[in-house]
Order: sequence, then structure tokens, then C-alpha cells
Amino acid sequence: MTDRPLKVLIAKPGLDGHDRGAKVLARGLRDEGFEVVYTGLRQTPEMIVTAALQEDVDVVGMSILSGAHMTLVPRVCEQLRARGMGDVLVTLGGIIPDDDIEPLRAAGVAGVFGPGTTIREVADFMRARATPREA
Amino acid sequence: MTEPVGTPAERAAALAAAARAGDRRALARLLTAVENHTAVAEQALRVLYPLAGGAHLVGITGPPGAGKSTLVAALIAELRAAGRTVAVVAVDPSSPITGGALLGDRVRMQSYASDDGVFIRSMASRGHAGGLAATSTSAAAVFDASGFDIVLLETVGTGQSEVEVAAAADTTVVLEAPEMGDEVQAIKAGLLEVADIVVVNKGDRPGAQRTAAQLRAMLAPPGEAGRGSGPAARRPEVLVTTAMSGEGVPALLAALDRHRARGSGEATPAARRARAAAQVRGVLVERLWARLAAPGLAGATDAALEAVARHDTDPYAAADALLAALGREETR
Repeated sequence: MTDRPLKVLIAKPGLDGHDRGAKVLARGLRDEGFEVVYTGLRQTPEMIVTAALQEDVDVVGMSILSGAHMTLVPRVCEQLRARGMGDVLVTLGGIIPDDDIEPLRAAGVAGVFGPGTTIREVADFMRARATPREA
Repeated sequence: MTEPVGTPAERAAALAAAARAGDRRALARLLTAVENHTAVAEQALRVLYPLAGGAHLVGITGPPGAGKSTLVAALIAELRAAGRTVAVVAVDPSSPITGGALLGDRVRMQSYASDDGVFIRSMASRGHAGGLAATSTSAAAVFDASGFDIVLLETVGTGQSEVEVAAAADTTVVLEAPEMGDEVQAIKAGLLEVADIVVVNKGDRPGAQRTAAQLRAMLAPPGEAGRGSGPAARRPEVLVTTAMSGEGVPALLAALDRHRARGSGEATPAARRARAAAQVRGVLVERLWARLAAPGLAGATDAALEAVARHDTDPYAAADALLAALGREETR
């Protein structure tokens, strides 16, 4: 079935408490017709991957403003692959220096979205790139 | 988990066997199939349904903000401390406009990342009214057959009449917050009527004990309060919890276990038949809609819906006409 809503996990790894962006995105994606699982602040990579697995999401979207993305995000990608979810689309939003984008892509992040990105851009990207779950 | 191949029946058998063997990814995929009404899901449920029935299905319902998710989190902690495995089906509403949903129940159910004895699944209601998603009962059966000791079904925030969960669960817990209404609220028909256990949460707030006392008085059994003695009359336990701190949660778990133990005695056959009826009715409606939307009848269905939308005919006449059309199709 291709007409069912895409399921997206919005998670905030790491220790920064700035979740306004993640909440605005979660709400915006809801309005774009996505089923959004919001897990809240201070998630470890393991918590994010477990939630992604149990919820069987099509997309994992992370938001980081602490600067810890080079440590946390590749770990999420690795664990997703290790648990058989290499096909899950991974996106990242926040303050990400240009120099980090290539290494993040190499680690498995499909899209990096900085300040000024519109919800519509993120939604269109997810719709175009996610592989909907089948069983 | 290797990606299963073959016919839907073969894929279903492989997924069901893997899920029962403890493969959490296979279990998650099965739940997705169930949510999306795929052929694999139907085949898998045929395999799994006869294997279900061992788990205690507990419905948790109540108004938005009463603390359902927080109470579920506290129950998970209590159950894990006792070495019991627990699955959660947490339902949040879908937007009637966009079909999107914000599933936020996990925010309050953290910190079980490396514990295979806990499995939490969020579900969007996808237009189903009644407090659950159309597929929540099937999801619970999948968890049940996969060996979980207890399955907690958390409804969307409900009003007064979303009583569907009572048909889906062995034990129904209705949550109230303190000071939510006077004694008249407690004697209205609906949600409180289907409660096996009533929990006044936020027990640290002023008025919690008074609310509990009022509920106890108004929900008392027929003889004591002079109420009727019809088949519906029963007396739910009324407990006070503070889910945030865990206070009262051990007592709630004990009450759940007591209800379960009692339930295996006399009350079950009727309750189980009610659940079966609700499940069959759900599938029946779904199948009827599918047949009405199939090529042979899609034109007639569309025309009937249009006519009702224009007020040219009424919903009853339209439904009768469609039923007649289904009958004609069958005899063809």
C-alpha cells in the first residue's frame, strides 16, 4: 500500500535542551500528513534506534544544536545498519558546519538541513527519498 | 532478520515464527503489516490468533492529560521489577484533515532501550472513532501470541463515550484527574460504566482523595446505593495513584492481578464474546467497504455517497440500496 502515511521518528540526541525546532518540525510534518513519533529530549543513540525499530519507521530525523553530531549521528547510523534497518532514511537538522556534511553523508545521513529550511522542503525530501515499509 | 520472500502466506509464516522466537524486528514488521491491512497481516493473524489468549490485555483510558502515558510508564517499571514482560499499544489521534498524526506517548515512556522485555508501539487512530485504532486489537493479539505477559492498550484521550477499549481488553482501567466533575458526572452512562478499575491520578493534587471518595460512593453496588440490579451493575475498585512518583502503582498492579484472577472465573465468557463481536464487526465493516469500493460496485457507491452529500437521499436509504446491490452481486 503506497497511500498510507509515512512514519517518521523525530528525536533529539545528546544533552542540549533546545527542542523548539524539533517540536515545530514534528507539528509541521503532522500537517504534511506524516505519522510523527516524537520521543523528546536527551536520547541516546541506542534509545533512538530501539524506538525506530519498535515503531518500524520509514525515516529517522534528528535535531542537534549541541555540536555533538559527529559523535552521535554516525553511531545511530551504525546501529540502524547493525539491526537490519539500513534502508531507513536518516536526516539531520540543526547547526551543522559545512565541513561536517560530507563525513555525515558518508556515515549514512541522507539529508542535512540547516537554519532557514522550510517544513515543506523537509517533507518533500522525505517523501521523495524514503522507502515505505512493506511486509 | 533476513527479509522474508515468497507468497504472502509464506512471508507471514516466516515473520510470525521469527516474532514468536523473539525477533523484535520481525515483530515490528508484522505490526506494520497489521496496521496497513496487508495480505501478509491477514495470513499472519490466521497463524497467530489461535496462539494468543495467554496475555493479560489491559485497557488504559481517560480524558486527555489525565496521565495515561505517565501511568503506563510507571506500570512498565513495576512490571519489569517483577520480571514480567510488557507490550504497549499507544494510540494517538490522526488528523481528520491531513491524515497526519503526532504520536507523543513515548516521551513519557523512556529508558527501556536495552530491555527486550518491553516493546512500545505507537499507533495513529487513522480515522477510527472509539478511542483505539481499527487494528489495535489485532496488534494486541500479535503481542499476545509473541509471548508478552501483559499488553497495555492506551487509548487516545477520551470523552465520555469511547467505550470500545472495554471490548478489546480483559481489564479496563479508567483514569480520572482530581476535580474533574461532580457526583453527577460519575453516574452518567458511558466510560465509567465499563471501568473495572477507576484510578484517580495526580494523587498529590488537592482534592484527589475527595474525588476518589465521591466516585466510590456513586459507583457503589446496587444494594448499597439503591441503584438498579441490572446486568451492567458492577462495582469497580477506585484507587488513587501519583504516576509521576509511582505512588499507588503497586496497588494498581495488585488490583489488575486480582481482576485477572477473578475474570478467569465467571465473568469471562460474555466479555470474551463481546470482544469477539467487536473484532468480527470491525473486519466485517472493512470487508463490506472493500467490496463496495471494488470495480463492480465503485460507481454505485460513489453515486450513493454523492446523493447523500447533496441531501438528495438520506444515509439510511443509501445504505439499504448499497446492501441490496451487494446482494445482487452475490447472486450473479
